Amino acid sequence: MTGTQLPLDPAERSSIIRDGLAVGLATGAYGISFGALSVTAGLDVLQTCALSLLLFTGASQFALVGVVASGGAPLSGALTALLLGSRNTLYGLRLAPLLDWHGWRRMTAAHLVIDESTAMSVNRESTSAARVGFLSTGLAVFVLWNLATLGGALAGTALGDPRTFGLDAAVGGAFLALLWPRLTSVLNRVVGVAAVALALGLVPVTTAGVPVLAAAVVAVVVGAASDRSPGRGARRRKGRHR
Amino acid sequence: MTWTAILLAGAGCYLLKLAGLSVPPRVLERPLVERIADLLPVALLSALIGVQVLASGPHLVLDARLVGLGAAVVALLLRAPFIVVVLVAAASAALVRLL
Repeated sequence: MTGTQLPLDPAERSSIIRDGLAVGLATGAYGISFGALSVTAGLDVLQTCALSLLLFTGASQFALVGVVASGGAPLSGALTALLLGSRNTLYGLRLAPLLDWHGWRRMTAAHLVIDESTAMSVNRESTSAARVGFLSTGLAVFVLWNLATLGGALAGTALGDPRTFGLDAAVGGAFLALLWPRLTSVLNRVVGVAAVALALGLVPVTTAGVPVLAAAVVAVVVGAASDRSPGRGARRRKGRHR
Repeated sequence: MTWTAILLAGAGCYLLKLAGLSVPPRVLERPLVERIADLLPVALLSALIGVQVLASGPHLVLDARLVGLGAAVVALLLRAPFIVVVLVAAASAALVRLL
């Protein structure tokens, strides 16, 4: 789909911007929990803020911090973060023809390619509407996410021993909340259960950080294998309808 | 070490985003790549939950964190927003430790 260059009606424009700001506010709340959990994991306030500024992709940031919290090497945390960040590449593929930006504009916009900005722009009918949706959501989330991270990190530092407030348990809850919307198909649930089993099996025999990285193998193996069964079935079904 | 990891992850995450906007779609838009990219977050987040809730160093232990996770499941079934799920998990684990 390539966007058309129609001028955007002002009412539609302000409604898109309003939606973007609302999404920014909602993700801000989630930034507070990231900031607090990151300092709980042992990172300092500056490192926590650097993660939100430089990575600017929530699940990857939580993953890096989670691996460090469980005693893993920061570099295996970084690798886990990159694997999770790979989904932004696919978002970019869908956004590129729609946003139609080149040169420095594309280089700058790339940093704002996240779940929320994609969701708020990928279904627009014109390039101008997609750009407004992408920029308003991306910038609102960027500003509020970073402010919230700082606030959460300062609050987390002030709390003292995190175990008293159950903050170590909050990390598991945060990952579950990120995973929950993805558990829509049987295949995804099977992958989830297999990944937990593999990771827990490896905990006693490998250094921390490795069990989580190893779980990526489950995604690769199942992704490659599922071509044979459901994929072919789906194609057959599609063929019948034709 | 932590700073190295932060800078590497930051550069890598940016390049992954830029690649999506810059690479011709036919290079990456393949069913296999899409399926694996779709399953990666599921596998990694699941493993992170397991390790985060049950591992303590090289040991697997059942403690208040599992109660926190159970409470998070209930909160999600009730369609609570992200921040509420996190707070419920923390508060229930803290409560169990108090008892």
